[in-house]
Amino acid sequence: MNILKRLRDKNSRRGLWLISPTLLWMIGLLIIPLILVVITSLGQRDPDGNVIYTFSVNNYLRLIGYSFNAPCGDTPPPCFDDLYITILWRSLVLAFQTTVLVILVGYPLAYYVARAPARWRNLLLFLILIPLWTNFVIRVYAWIMILRSQGVINNLLEAVWPVILPVYTVLYNLILSPLSAFLPLHLSAPGAFQPLEMLYTPGAVLVGMLYEFLPFMILPMYTSLEKIEPALYEAAADLGASAARTFWRVTLPLSAPGIVAGTILVFIPVMGTFIVSDILGGRQVILVGNLIQRQFLDARDPTFGSAASIILMVMTLIVTIFYTRRFGFGEEIASA
Amino acid sequence: MARLYDHHTPMSNRRSPWLTLVSLLVYAFLYAPIAVLMVYAFNSSRTNIVFEGLVNQGPCGPFYWFCRLSNNHEVLSAAGNTLTIALTSTIASTIIGTMAALALQRYHFPAKTFSEVSLYIPIVIPEIVMGIGILVLFSALFRWLNGALSLEGDRRLALGLGTVIVSHIAFSIPFVTLVVRARLHGFDKAVEEAAMDLGANEWITFWRVTLPMIAPGVLSGAMLAFTLSLDDFVITFFTNGPGSTTLPIYIYGLLRRIITPEVNALSTVWILIVLIALLVTQWLQNAEDPFRAVRILARAFSPLFQWLRPGR
Repeated sequence: MNILKRLRDKNSRRGLWLISPTLLWMIGLLIIPLILVVITSLGQRDPDGNVIYTFSVNNYLRLIGYSFNAPCGDTPPPCFDDLYITILWRSLVLAFQTTVLVILVGYPLAYYVARAPARWRNLLLFLILIPLWTNFVIRVYAWIMILRSQGVINNLLEAVWPVILPVYTVLYNLILSPLSAFLPLHLSAPGAFQPLEMLYTPGAVLVGMLYEFLPFMILPMYTSLEKIEPALYEAAADLGASAARTFWRVTLPLSAPGIVAGTILVFIPVMGTFIVSDILGGRQVILVGNLIQRQFLDARDPTFGSAASIILMVMTLIVTIFYTRRFGFGEEIASA
Repeated sequence: MARLYDHHTPMSNRRSPWLTLVSLLVYAFLYAPIAVLMVYAFNSSRTNIVFEGLVNQGPCGPFYWFCRLSNNHEVLSAAGNTLTIALTSTIASTIIGTMAALALQRYHFPAKTFSEVSLYIPIVIPEIVMGIGILVLFSALFRWLNGALSLEGDRRLALGLGTVIVSHIAFSIPFVTLVVRARLHGFDKAVEEAAMDLGANEWITFWRVTLPMIAPGVLSGAMLAFTLSLDDFVITFFTNGPGSTTLPIYIYGLLRRIITPEVNALSTVWILIVLIALLVTQWLQNAEDPFRAVRILARAFSPLFQWLRPGR
């Protein structure tokens, strides 16, 4: 009754008219697809790759390690196989590592730009944005040229090797070689240059992620750092606080909303991305994004892929909800 | 006294040299890959693994790979698709998103909370989930429609430009709404009421008062939607079909085969175009008349757009 009355109201009719295309899109291309993914994840795949709609949680059981058909090592099925749990865990750990690394690398720059003279600030900010606007795929590709065994880093190292070698020889003979008796150091003896194998390692994926998502963290951090009144720093200094104390007690707490917003902007996409790990990780670093992509394209089991995406969504939602409950959903997301 | 104040350096401007050094290093980190990418676009080695020297071949000399690019029909059609998708989805999502922002900021209506929540979903779920969701939806929908309408051969509904555009509109709307709402938030409603009091009807008030005032927000929203669409890989990856390949998808496909300097040339052109577009919009946004930006941009892009059209 109440709703009918409100519908007759001119104000609410106009509001509904204005929101209706948005609702059409959000329901049609977001909510219905999500419901379909849930339904698909409960289905089963027939031998031809078609989806049979059932109501089974087998896909979820498989994800948490229950193997129905395939043996796990020597154990015949059904048994416990940690393949998919490992992938999920790896994605989560990598997303955390990326977020922490991005904060550590991005904070000094955000601080630097926020405290720069006003006339320089826009230019400095613009310089952070430009790499963001060059395409995502192009940015990952650039790292292949840098990291591969005949890439830029190895070429540079090879060029300066004659200089490094004597230093390394001295270091190796005096310190590193005796130390390796006590510590598990895997160092090669000094000799001819050998290219570092960096591409297709977890480290390469981490660097790629850092590069891709750095601007997403810097921008919201900058927004909250810029809002801090310079008078506050002066007040802290006048009251006798050291630079370090001012940082821990004034700057960091006041810039926390930016870090929270940046974390949401970085953590969620890192959890789901598959391009970086696909291009820089090769077959070595498989994340949940790669798992989903392969189920939909190569392995042709949409039901298992759907289950994996539901798990992925739940994992990111839990982290996001925890985060927003704890710290609030910053306005910084809007300004980024 | 005034002189003394001019020379007084406030504490906020005193920066440690270490901070400057670290910042410079981070900037170097941001730009080094782009520089490498551009340098390798002039490589004489076809395999492009080692930089073997400046290419100097054919009539184009050092721009050999760029010239090859301009004869590559796949690249041109991918570029055309990318622009078509970005322009169409930007226009649609800007209109829809601005309407939503007005609705949410100005009116009370039954489904308001639901709308607000649904607009946050694309921001808080990983893009891949949305991508496969839309893929599942379209494949189910098309299978059903093709069967129900008994469509055969070429008339069968399939993934293509249409599905990509519709999906891009979906992920752009929330961002446009967010940006326009932020602009509406600081906007004095009394100005609109004054216009109405002076006899303007609602349409005239909207076109003459509200829209000019929120125009910078609408323009930023449109810019955001445009760049999101240009940059998108994941959603396009799952919703494109034969004939609707975009540049990111095309480059990704090349990465799995032999990578020639052509990819670098393509990336270089892309980066330069984006840079010019950014500088132009930056310059335009400072201009007094915000609509001038749209007009000039449209004029600037129209020949390019015609030149890039796949059927040319």
